[in-house]
Amino acid sequence: MAVKKQSRADQGGINYDAIAQSASFRGLIQAKKRFIIPATVFFFVFYFALPVLTSYSKALNALAIGPVSWAWLFAFAQFIMTWALCILYSKRAAQFDAIVEQVKQEAAEGGNA
Amino acid sequence: MHGLAFFLFLIIVALTLVITYYASKRTKTTSEFYTADSSLTGWQNGLAIAGDYMSAASFLGIAGMIALTGFDGFFYSIGFLVAYLVVLYIVAEPLRNLGKYTMADMIAARFDDKKVRGVAALNTIAISIFYMIAQLVGAGGLIKLLLGLDYIYSVLIVGILMTVYVVFGGMTATSWVQIVKAVLLMVGTFIISIIVFAKFDFSIAKMFHEMKTATPLGEAFLNPGNKFKDPLDTISLNLALVLGTAGLPHILIRFFTVKDAPTARKSVVYATWIIGLFYVMTIFLGFGAAAFVGYDKIVAANPAGNMAAPLLAEALGGDFLFAFVSAVAFATILAVVAGLVLSAASAFAHDFYSHILRRGQATEKEQMLAARWASVGVSVLSILLALFAQKMNVAFLVSLAFAVAASANLPTIVFTIFWRRFNTTGAITGMLVGLISALVLVFFSPNVWSPQPGAAIFVGEPLFKLANPGIISIPLGFIGAIVGTLVSSKKSDEKKYTEIVVKANTGIGRV
Repeated sequence: MAVKKQSRADQGGINYDAIAQSASFRGLIQAKKRFIIPATVFFFVFYFALPVLTSYSKALNALAIGPVSWAWLFAFAQFIMTWALCILYSKRAAQFDAIVEQVKQEAAEGGNA
Repeated sequence: MHGLAFFLFLIIVALTLVITYYASKRTKTTSEFYTADSSLTGWQNGLAIAGDYMSAASFLGIAGMIALTGFDGFFYSIGFLVAYLVVLYIVAEPLRNLGKYTMADMIAARFDDKKVRGVAALNTIAISIFYMIAQLVGAGGLIKLLLGLDYIYSVLIVGILMTVYVVFGGMTATSWVQIVKAVLLMVGTFIISIIVFAKFDFSIAKMFHEMKTATPLGEAFLNPGNKFKDPLDTISLNLALVLGTAGLPHILIRFFTVKDAPTARKSVVYATWIIGLFYVMTIFLGFGAAAFVGYDKIVAANPAGNMAAPLLAEALGGDFLFAFVSAVAFATILAVVAGLVLSAASAFAHDFYSHILRRGQATEKEQMLAARWASVGVSVLSILLALFAQKMNVAFLVSLAFAVAASANLPTIVFTIFWRRFNTTGAITGMLVGLISALVLVFFSPNVWSPQPGAAIFVGEPLFKLANPGIISIPLGFIGAIVGTLVSSKKSDEKKYTEIVVKANTGIGRV
């Protein structure tokens, strides 16, 4: 099925420049950047903070809750962070998918003429 | 004891062969062989990714490391998981939209150049073979411990099974073996974790409190720094872990098994839940083994701690649980090596044979034959290498695979999608610099050289002090790609880049 789609697309001659310049496509890229860039910077900082702190200081060895130290809490927080960013992205991506549909529709209507 | 374990091993073999039999009926075309005709659902692929990813190294290795060194073993669990954010945000969806069967397809979607494809395929093969030797040597040692079978027979059994799955059942069989394994591994780990937690009265406070006196490390067991002493090496390891996954070919090809980018995204999210839950449970495996098996007994069985999980199962649930967990470990190995055979074989058959050698002119029948023969060839080569590597310490090969994946594949993947100026010269230099620097640095590292006879492969002072090359080789891979692009007189094809951006983000005109 996928193969057929491609050959049809080749014959149709998709105008990628027109799609790239359309308002909806540019909106899609902007929306994606607005989410992905800050989220990526955040999780890299959050992730590397753990080995950097444990390697260069003993601060995280202090006990946080009962016998559990800050290092363990921070380690668990990495899991929570990962899952939370997955959920956030899934929600946001539903909006991206809606814009993609719009871009596709516009391309089908006007782009192939 | 061995009888029961042997029986469960046979059940797993039988089950996977039944899967392969049914899969073989649905493996007639190259699309079916390489991607299961992109017919998997998000859930199925999520489980299969988890099954492809959670190797014996993570199941047995991390449990052992936490048992022996406490907190430091948990670094692997964290890195292996957070890595999926890189996969989710940056790689999975564009890969699905641009590629067809292999990672090289994605790069070739932008640079239709044989050299680019060839180097990308070379990286895929190098990473897959390193990873596979580590898995096979580990498997041979493990089955020897569990069943008492000779190393050679153990490697041959695993090797023949993986060949059969891939040659006859292609991606469909590989995927379902991985799904079954993921379920078994989660069930097995969950049972052990619950029993361990019950022994601590379901109290995290009690568990941590008792762990302070349960091991020879005393209170230090709960603090970082027992295994990783060198800060730079620790950070280097973490870097390779978090960036490597997004460049591992056997993980990347899993995204071609679903119909579109939104489904690829869903499968990463499902995989992240499953993998995350599993790695949380590695704490119970590690703590449990340290507390209820004991340091001396774990080390006596295997100095690296690889037997910690099975021994814990035995201590908690007797012969049956030991046999069950051993069988789960066996299934774990099979699922991972099958994925590795498929990724290396697709690089040989699809990239080298169909695209480079035959210039895309090979018939469907010829391509299928090439895919099957490539699978046999990759398997035989890996089995032979594993047989020769029996006495070598090969644990470093997994970190080498991650380092090459992060240094050689990731920069090119990222620049292909995000950098307008990027060109073929940059792609080739980036991939080669990443590959070669990771290989050279590891060759001169403490993994290969040790002044202590027997501790590494060669006796002598290591020239490069870090066990993990990532912190040097990953930036080198990026710099190689940038410098190669800038010094080349080739102009980037603007029109092509626009097309790639549209395709990557929307799937319009998807192959």
